[in-house]
Amino acid sequence: MAELTAERPSPPGEYPVVIVGSGPGGLQLSHALRHLGVDHAILSQDPSAGGMFRRFPFFQRLLSWTKPYAPVPRTDREYERYDWNSLISEDPRLRAIQPSLMDGTSYFPSRPEMERNLATFAERAGVPVRYGCRWESTRTDGERFVLVTSDGEYHCRIPVFAVGVAEPWRPETPGIDLAPHYADTREAHTYADREIFIVGKENSAFELASGFLQWAKRIILASPSPAKLSVTTNSLVGVRARYVQPYEDNVLGGGVIVLNASIQEIARIGQRFRVRVRRSQTNEEQVFEVDDVIAATGWVPPLLDLPKLGVVTFGRNKLPALTPFWESVSLKGIHFAGTITQAAAGLKKNGIPANSGGVNGHRYNGRVLARHIAKTCFGVELPRPELRAEDVAPFLLRELDHGPEMWHQRSYLCRVVTVSPDEGIRDEGIWPLAHFVDSAGPDAIAATIEANAQGDNYPAFYIRRADRVTEHLLEPDQSMRYDTPDRRTALASALGEVLGVRVAA
Amino acid sequence: MVGLRSSEASVRERGARLARSADGRSDELHDTLAALALFADISSAELESIAHTMEERYFAEGERILRQGFTGSGFYIVLEGEAAARVNGTEVNRLGRGDFFGEVSVLLGEPPSADVVALRPLRCAVLAATQVEDFIVTHPKVAFRMLQAEARKLRNATRWRS
Repeated sequence: MAELTAERPSPPGEYPVVIVGSGPGGLQLSHALRHLGVDHAILSQDPSAGGMFRRFPFFQRLLSWTKPYAPVPRTDREYERYDWNSLISEDPRLRAIQPSLMDGTSYFPSRPEMERNLATFAERAGVPVRYGCRWESTRTDGERFVLVTSDGEYHCRIPVFAVGVAEPWRPETPGIDLAPHYADTREAHTYADREIFIVGKENSAFELASGFLQWAKRIILASPSPAKLSVTTNSLVGVRARYVQPYEDNVLGGGVIVLNASIQEIARIGQRFRVRVRRSQTNEEQVFEVDDVIAATGWVPPLLDLPKLGVVTFGRNKLPALTPFWESVSLKGIHFAGTITQAAAGLKKNGIPANSGGVNGHRYNGRVLARHIAKTCFGVELPRPELRAEDVAPFLLRELDHGPEMWHQRSYLCRVVTVSPDEGIRDEGIWPLAHFVDSAGPDAIAATIEANAQGDNYPAFYIRRADRVTEHLLEPDQSMRYDTPDRRTALASALGEVLGVRVAA
Repeated sequence: MVGLRSSEASVRERGARLARSADGRSDELHDTLAALALFADISSAELESIAHTMEERYFAEGERILRQGFTGSGFYIVLEGEAAARVNGTEVNRLGRGDFFGEVSVLLGEPPSADVVALRPLRCAVLAATQVEDFIVTHPKVAFRMLQAEARKLRNATRWRS
């Protein structure tokens, strides 16, 4: 037994960084840190890689796509625009793993395909996860942190929690305990010929309703505010297109009712349930008698004792309040990775969120976080290629045309170029946009893609000159190809002063 | 069954809604909104709907919420904490619990003319600019309260100048 324990990676002890979690967030960060030479441990209570994808989504098919056949080859960095599920790497063997594991029945990977995608990455990359090691509590020891686990104590300067947002959450509605949570939904066929009341109108509620359409006699979905649809918000806000069928069924008079109402009480009546609701606009009370009630009421991150230690949380999902580099605003040193990074909303321009809640967004956050930790905590020198002034505008426009980071993380991540008399013009790589626009520093340019509520996508540049940042927006393009002569001219003109070059009219 | 008139329901249910929530995901936001003058005239169910429509955000001390000259901002209601409005770095106003900001920028479709910066940890309820028109039309009693607040600001500005 002792020998077996000794062979497991990341044993308890002292590390510069400790990562908790073996879902996509933990795996991505571990791999990126290793690439930068930052020693760390990674531990997980699970028996294998995959995080929430070892179990969910309930109906075993993801919301995020991977196109096996895309306009660019899988070996190209631009392919990541079409593959929302593979983790990212500089190593070609570790890139675009997801499409190689799909059976061709859908461009939405099945849950087992996604789990295999993550397990394959972990295996090929040699991510040193210590499985079956449960994080149990946390304490501080001077400026260091101690993570107490089922295998012993880990001491570190930087703990990073990539523990997901997958702990079922129930409201305090009277009788809600009678309703199983989404996480405890039964096999779909057991709902045959039954009336089902689903509390909630977000994606998880509509996913269940979609799966029950061919089984249930009647389905009622209810929550206080109207359902939003991604196809009308022109963003990932709202119910995704895959799950809109129950909404259409409601509109066209089928067996689905979508209600805007607050749930007052759930009570058992024999083998059935009585649900009392109050309509949001009319204040009218209604009562439904149904066979089943399911609480699709959301999730919170399992932060254990971190709030007691000083990590401030906020909002309905009890997410930690974070800096643009995903560090707790209230407890310096504690960082987060993976889907929890959605807690740092960034500029959220036009109300459109970044994709940090999904793998396609937070995989880039993970790489940026690794670079930030490596540089600021451990003095790792990051590459800063020099650019000529006349190359800056074409370089940035090409990045917006072909790079995946700003495509997936619009108004959230940006490509930064600094300008200083001593060091010249330098490509600083990808940064959080909120950090760039709100921090002092040398003259610099940040490039990103932004979107508005009409679905237009356009290049946005932020120019810092003498510590004042100004916004410069270029014309949108439906095909999202921005490297055109007129845009080059417009951008070069905007950049002329900061780059110290005269632009021909 | 037809429900109670909104104002009656508002009074009767105010205590109850402080104790519990609808599907409960917005418990704290709902309760905080319930105590603000802006939402004094609406029913519990309508407030539940508003609490589910608005997003809660947290800003650390020193963090910018509105950025002068940047497009795409939103409408904010201060739930807790304090903020300063600054034009070109000069403070022009202080904002506290129950105050709202960003509405002029949203209604005129122009970038904000001031920065708003958290002076200490700040919690806000937020609506994206694209949601504001629908919000005002759907909740006219809240819109009326907003107009009253705008009228007071205008009156004070006029007094100051005269």
